[in-house]
Amino acid sequence: MTISLAVFLAFVASTLGITYWAAKRSRGASAYFAAGRRIAAWQNGFAVAGDFMSAASFLGLIGLIALQGFDGIFYAVGGFVGFVTILLVVAEPLRNSGKYTMGDVLAFRFQPRPVRALAALSTLTIATLYMIAQMVGAGALVALLLAGSGIGYNTAVIGVGVLMMVYVVFGGMLATTWVQIVKAMLLMACTVVLTALVLKQFRFHLLDFFAATSRIAYHQKGVWVVKDFLRPGLHYHPPHGALDLLSLSLIFAFGTAGLPHILVKFYTVPNARTARNSVVWAMAVIGSYYVMTTILGLGAAVLLGPDDILAHSGSNMAGPRLAQVLGGDVFLAVVSAVAFATILAVVAGVMISASTSFAHDFWINVIHRGVERRPGESVVVARMAALAVGAAAVLIAVALGPGSNVLILATLGMAVAASANFPVLALSLYWRRFTTAGAIAGLTAGLLATLGLILVGPTVMGIDAPGAVSHHLIQARPWFPLENVGIVSVPLGFLAAIAGSLLSREPAAEAKFDELSVRANTGLGAERASG
Amino acid sequence: MDSQEKRIAGSKQFKDLLAVKRMFIIPALSFFLLTFVGFVVLVAYAPKLASMRLIGTVNVAYLFALLQFVLGWTIAGLYLMASEKFDRLTKDILAQTDLVQTELKKIDAPRGAGE
Repeated sequence: MTISLAVFLAFVASTLGITYWAAKRSRGASAYFAAGRRIAAWQNGFAVAGDFMSAASFLGLIGLIALQGFDGIFYAVGGFVGFVTILLVVAEPLRNSGKYTMGDVLAFRFQPRPVRALAALSTLTIATLYMIAQMVGAGALVALLLAGSGIGYNTAVIGVGVLMMVYVVFGGMLATTWVQIVKAMLLMACTVVLTALVLKQFRFHLLDFFAATSRIAYHQKGVWVVKDFLRPGLHYHPPHGALDLLSLSLIFAFGTAGLPHILVKFYTVPNARTARNSVVWAMAVIGSYYVMTTILGLGAAVLLGPDDILAHSGSNMAGPRLAQVLGGDVFLAVVSAVAFATILAVVAGVMISASTSFAHDFWINVIHRGVERRPGESVVVARMAALAVGAAAVLIAVALGPGSNVLILATLGMAVAASANFPVLALSLYWRRFTTAGAIAGLTAGLLATLGLILVGPTVMGIDAPGAVSHHLIQARPWFPLENVGIVSVPLGFLAAIAGSLLSREPAAEAKFDELSVRANTGLGAERASG
Repeated sequence: MDSQEKRIAGSKQFKDLLAVKRMFIIPALSFFLLTFVGFVVLVAYAPKLASMRLIGTVNVAYLFALLQFVLGWTIAGLYLMASEKFDRLTKDILAQTDLVQTELKKIDAPRGAGE
């Protein structure tokens, strides 16, 4: 395990180097919040990939496919589809018409203070859910990987928290971007090698490989079964499985395009054309990554078997364990370090989007009505917000402990993004009749519906069998039958936004629509790159 | 409202730009999202059909999953090609405004101005 530590320390050292370099170059708000808007298309493509592909897409996804076969592969497809929405609907107009946050686009047409306040609230909600999920994941991972080294869960969580604060507080968006680029490249390199090692076992005959995945033998509730892992239905089955899948697909289709830490990346490039090209780069990286994870997950099912995976520290370790079996301890060390780097880069990205929204939307524009009382105030506030949010996330992650369900938190964040942020962002860019009341209704309904339905759904409510390790917070029959709430909350977000608009009239917002549309489509008046 | 933006918003060229963009984006996005929903419906409601093997043991469901990636990349490629035209139309619109002058002035202005 010392090799793992060495690889990891090398990564940390190089990212601290990046941070030092970025800190020296960062002067002014647009440098801090948007990396001076000078990131190139390929760089932003890798950075978006590094921002998006979290521990859930690496450790979680491979484990899910290894245990549930095709039903896990569904998540790989889902992770990719949202980027088509981003490419066609969001990236370019967002870059053209905003400065640092989604709140900028809303404030352009509507009464700025209420819409910014709500946009900041939903951004901070999503960021907190995401960040806690990643930090719990990081803590559990390190505790497992470095089991012999005396580094425990709490130490790992604090370590991640401190590193992330250093990146964000000192290096801003420029350091965050480069940490994400390096991480994305390392993750891709590891995945390519691991995929090749899996296929080599079948002498690169793909049909032989898939033939092996069609007869996976393992114990299910004590009974020896043989299953075809490409068959859907191992996890999602009647009565609600089908609806749950549809619900999840809605969240995937629109959620990514509402994630604040993804949206901010499009302000780091010089213009809309670069933003567009960077999404295509991201789609190439993320898509090929997900296709490879299907091979890795199925490969883990074939080469290790679900029994072995469950016996060796659970589904999240299927990927690292596959690396150990196929590539030895050194490769395991490298893969583990990369998994940890993955978490670090995502947490830094989420953190900077949260502190940007707090400083720019809430502090400067809501509290102080758009006036900086001292030059550079927004950056100072963002740095302090980063410290506060980071410390809070560390405390919550330590309090929750390694056993908490990471997937629920992360999916919840995505669901809020799909139900609150995306409807309001899309309508303000494309619907003339949209009003302040509509935006407020949409954000509020999307946020409350998602949180409320999760609270009364089967992830929180349920009756645990006697003697089982209790994992439901509320011991009662769930009022809402689905794990994934998108099928109700996404339409509700849209409907509330539309109803709120139709019930009010706001000539000023309608008049501003033409101006926004011209800016969004031509880049007239768009923020320029700066040093 | 800024008269320049109002003038552009009312111009035929700008309306043409929006129409050309809409002609690509709406069909492309609807088609892609509908195939994704189709994929989900197939997997969720027609598991027999989804499990039908087509190439060796590889079934409809897995091939459909791969198809989503190929479709996404294809749409991205087509969009890049189509956007050449969007960019050309945009350039024509901007060339007729006094924007060119104002933007040039902005570039000459000292760095960090307007922050």
